[in-house]
Amino acid sequence: MTDTIKTDVLIVGAGPIGLFAVFELGLFDMKCHLIDILDRPGGQCAELYPEKPIYDIPGWPLITAQGLVDKLLEQIHPFKPDFTFNRMVSSLEKLEDGSFRVTTDEGEIFEAKVVVIAAGGGSFQPKRPPIPGIEAYEGKSVFYSVRRMEEFRGHDLVIVGGGDSALDWTLNLQPIAKSVTLVHRRPEFRAAPDSVNKMYAMQEMKELEFLVGQVSGLAGADGQLSSATIKGGPDGDVEVPCTRMLPFFGLTMKLGPIAEWGLNLHENLIPVDTEKFQTSVPGIFAVGDINWYPGKLKLILSGFHEVALMAQAAKRIVSPGERIVFQYTTSSTSLQKKLGVHD
Amino acid sequence: MTKLTYIANDGTQFDVEAENGSTVMENAIRNAVPGIEAECGGACACATCHVYVDEAWTAEVGEPEAMEEDMLDFAYEVRPNSRLSCQIKVRDALDGLVVRVPERQG
Repeated sequence: MTDTIKTDVLIVGAGPIGLFAVFELGLFDMKCHLIDILDRPGGQCAELYPEKPIYDIPGWPLITAQGLVDKLLEQIHPFKPDFTFNRMVSSLEKLEDGSFRVTTDEGEIFEAKVVVIAAGGGSFQPKRPPIPGIEAYEGKSVFYSVRRMEEFRGHDLVIVGGGDSALDWTLNLQPIAKSVTLVHRRPEFRAAPDSVNKMYAMQEMKELEFLVGQVSGLAGADGQLSSATIKGGPDGDVEVPCTRMLPFFGLTMKLGPIAEWGLNLHENLIPVDTEKFQTSVPGIFAVGDINWYPGKLKLILSGFHEVALMAQAAKRIVSPGERIVFQYTTSSTSLQKKLGVHD
Repeated sequence: MTKLTYIANDGTQFDVEAENGSTVMENAIRNAVPGIEAECGGACACATCHVYVDEAWTAEVGEPEAMEEDMLDFAYEVRPNSRLSCQIKVRDALDGLVVRVPERQG
């Protein structure tokens, strides 16, 4: 259905190490395409702690996590990497010519001579809330994201959570749902104040219901919900009609489908050698927090070192037989040309 | 040194000596207390170092600040005595503190 996207190097994960890999690979003229499950670059730095200071980036006594991501994007800009966001890699297949075909959860197909796994702690996936038996309803009447609003039309919808996702979907789905009940464990929200005010105004107008508490039980059959029990509120246990549920409990990190790629694994990490940072499959490299080797430290600065060495090995695969000349960006006019430096 | 006690979900008790100024999370990691993940490394950004403060200690430990309270929204089975252990700093007054590790961290 989609055209195959061809690139020299496919990088799985657009966190700081995936981004810096673009730089090191770019110096050797390799074109990179990055895939990330988040909707923007930066990985954990952008998703978990953008405002937090980092003190151990060489040359930066203090830089915020988002600041580092911004600087890395600026640094790799000359190499014009391509990004595909909101996608999780699913399958990987080795082709006859030695390259790799990788597909995403939405069916895009990539072909690359080299695959670099820079997936950090794994892909961010929605957290499952502590509701007994919820698994049986997932994908049928419990959803962790809204891909099609029509899925919710005419339903008794229960939305759980107190952040922007919960509030935005409460407001956006209210006009098409049969009923909307928002459930949050406290009356304070993390969401934008404007959304919270709108929600309270709609509650005043009886256009939706807001309950303080936690979902403690579900009722239904064959994956189809019929009601939910809310506990912990001022009125004790309350049963509300519920044929669709959207829980928003944040994200957790899981290795995901990469675990099925036939790579050797070590406690959910990918063992690599410390010369090339190559996995047990030649042509697939792993860098940053996702890899493991004796003495491994999960530090951003260690990942930077790893991609520099990985790039040398990747070049030998992408351009076999070509002599690799080691050069410094400080003095090499050819590297400076690639970086767009003008004298 | 300040004495801290962690009770793992299976009931195993861990008594540790902690330095003042360190966090309850850091001491759990140093002493390999099972069930404290601390994915984000103590940045109050992930809610995977969630603990239940023993009822006898909730007053002394105090209430979470707004940012921690926000993050607790993401924790598993939040109770009134829930705290993120990376946000509890060890001090003399906490000598003898007991915290329990929840069933899971999300």
